[in-house]
Amino acid sequence: MNIQEVHSILLEKFGAEIVGTEPKKATDSWIQVKAESIVDVGRFLKDDPRLSFDHLNDLCGVDYLEPDPKKAPKFGHEPHVEVVYHLTSMKYHHLLKLKVSVPRWKNDVAGQLPVVPSVSGVWGIANWHERETYDLVGIDFVGHPNLRRILCPEDWVGHALRKDYEFPLEYHGVRGR
Amino acid sequence: MSLVIEDPRVVEFDVQTDEMLVNMGPQHPSTHGVLRLLLRTDGEIVHECTPHIGYLHRCAEKIGENLSPPQYIPYTDRMDYLAAMNMNLGFALVVEKLIGMRLPDKAVHLRVFIAELGRIASHLVGMGAYGLDLGTFSPFLYAFREREIILDFFEEVCGARLTCSYLTVGGATHDLPEEIEIPDGLASLTGSKPGERYPFFDVIEMFLQWLEPRIWEYHTLLTRNAIFIKRTAGQGILTPEMAISYGCTGPVLRGSGVNFDLRKNGEEIYTSMYKGYDFEVPVAPFKDAPREAVVGDNWCRFYARMMEVVQSIRLVRQSIEKYKSATGSHRESFKMNTKLPKDEAYLETECPRGQMGFYVVGNGEGNPLRVRAKSSCFCNLSITDQICEGVPLADVPAIVGSLDIVMGEIDR
Repeated sequence: MNIQEVHSILLEKFGAEIVGTEPKKATDSWIQVKAESIVDVGRFLKDDPRLSFDHLNDLCGVDYLEPDPKKAPKFGHEPHVEVVYHLTSMKYHHLLKLKVSVPRWKNDVAGQLPVVPSVSGVWGIANWHERETYDLVGIDFVGHPNLRRILCPEDWVGHALRKDYEFPLEYHGVRGR
Repeated sequence: MSLVIEDPRVVEFDVQTDEMLVNMGPQHPSTHGVLRLLLRTDGEIVHECTPHIGYLHRCAEKIGENLSPPQYIPYTDRMDYLAAMNMNLGFALVVEKLIGMRLPDKAVHLRVFIAELGRIASHLVGMGAYGLDLGTFSPFLYAFREREIILDFFEEVCGARLTCSYLTVGGATHDLPEEIEIPDGLASLTGSKPGERYPFFDVIEMFLQWLEPRIWEYHTLLTRNAIFIKRTAGQGILTPEMAISYGCTGPVLRGSGVNFDLRKNGEEIYTSMYKGYDFEVPVAPFKDAPREAVVGDNWCRFYARMMEVVQSIRLVRQSIEKYKSATGSHRESFKMNTKLPKDEAYLETECPRGQMGFYVVGNGEGNPLRVRAKSSCFCNLSITDQICEGVPLADVPAIVGSLDIVMGEIDR
């Protein structure tokens, strides 16, 4: 099943406000999903017998920001953060990519993490992938049972894959740089 | 903890035991590197097993944002350092997908040849190290003896043994050599004269002919060993539903009876490499499994790996034939300052430990905007909590070992 067919099934079920009027074109085309509805869409994709996307390959965050003001005009993206979901159906062997877009900071207050509902109840592996995304990209997955840092130590400050991340000069007496 | 006992005589009928927190690792020899497991035990029985990871974390994804794709290849070596060639291949393919590059036949068959040799070397370590986990030392020595020869071949091909950086964007850094000096290990095993020079593929064939019967020796030594079967068969059962939900891939998934191998079921850019190759995907249940074995247990995961070695030997032989008759060059040119398009690509490849995925977002510059490495071991490890519940403490290394993890890849 190609992405066009998947999208028309989703469009019929959820409407254009949630899944957009058509898939976004790229090497791997994707469906842009409204952040608040990602759990419903995910559960439907997994449970619907025509789709049966039972395997979450990957979940990651991407930070779109050009910190260098000289390069910023050519950057071509509004500053925002995306969560990308790659899905496979083990039954039909078809693939799907979903994206959720949120502002870089909640209410535009620096330091307040943007909010995306957690899909850990839909796919088991999302639990660890969301912890990693929280740890490195800084996204608050609401409804996650155990949203702790996974790769960095618990007392680490900041989220390393943010484009404006500042490398710490010192950690517990160990000099950085 | 203070316990108030009113009548001392009732104590023996009301023994109160405490749960105990046992810390295993990160320097424990049977945790395959710096994995720390926090176990909540009641006597011998494990109630909860929480993996703590990140001791080898160096944020390889951030490094990728500051380097061009060919410069990033050496960092992929250091993720799964036991299958560096396969990791190179995964990253090179995703960049080729992003820029729409297609390779000549010669480069494709060279890649299959190298990737399958890498798979054999990796599974040999998997087998040897698993024997060590279960307390038998000799399979480890045999496995490393064989792997050593494959590393000697890699050294002849690219100069490096472990962190090869050989397969790169656009093909491979060098073509395969015409003739090589026979590796000392292989010379002594086959009774050839050390230092003699032979055509490269003749030495490979000599090695494969020597390796093939050895696999059945490993089975008599380890796979059919009564103690090994007791430790592995029927232990650590992972159901197919759970394996899929927790994103398990590779031999772990196929050991649970799900027939899914990206070399056959993957995306076109990857499966086209294996087009025209004849091989099977070993999936549990196995016909020759011992009576005690259940689909999804430690034994099936281990055996799926061992059967893959047999298939990889077949693939290596076929790739040699195809390489010899192939046309074109071993690489397409990819300039260091090539601008990546404003586009993004994700691709998973079948690495020895599972499906390794790379996701590259380009933004019109030489360095990508984002590089994401999705680790297969990361997903495979995430089920330890589920399958270690209620097992005796001594079975935890047997279960974790059967997942065949490499911490360099999990922590990235």
